Amino acid sequence: MSTDPLRTLLQVAFPDATELDVVDRTGTGDHFQVVVAAPSLGGLSLVEQHRRVYDALSVPLADGTIHELRIKTKGAT
Amino acid sequence: MSYSERIKDVIDTAEVAIFMKGTPGFAMCGNSDRALKALARAGAPVTAVDILPDPAIRQELSALSGWPTIPQVFVKGELVGGADIVEELEASGELAETLRTKLGDGYESRRRETTVALA
Repeated sequence: MSTDPLRTLLQVAFPDATELDVVDRTGTGDHFQVVVAAPSLGGLSLVEQHRRVYDALSVPLADGTIHELRIKTKGAT
Repeated sequence: MSYSERIKDVIDTAEVAIFMKGTPGFAMCGNSDRALKALARAGAPVTAVDILPDPAIRQELSALSGWPTIPQVFVKGELVGGADIVEELEASGELAETLRTKLGDGYESRRRETTVALA
């Protein structure tokens, strides 16, 4: 999978994102690093912030498209 | 006991539990290894469970925790996160602070890596 569908899913889930990045870490379309900074993540624990990202990407996570996912979230801009 | 019951038992009784791919002596996944190393740097007493022997272990774990990926780290029954969060908290010093709060001063003296087999 290219990074575009993942980026779209994250844009829908985090319309207020001030930073949003998806990187294919290995060039194999299954190991991704995502970075999301959004005011809507502010005040949440890291566990809750990462849960929001997992929720946004639940379909590609469940069907095995994403083999590995690294997440970096920021509540503040 | 079912896997669910045994998973719950480990989460509830271990000071620090990590559900990982492989064992501390032979991690089968870079993320499990990253989480383990961060826990080691923080001096955590670790109980490790290898989820690889039976796919049902991972399914039942994720159903319990609501966390889709491996590894999963728990301190005193509470989900701390996966490799990214554990690394981030270790780097900022928050992991050691959490361990001290939840496990008490001198928790580092109980530093060990124990493996529990569920399958």
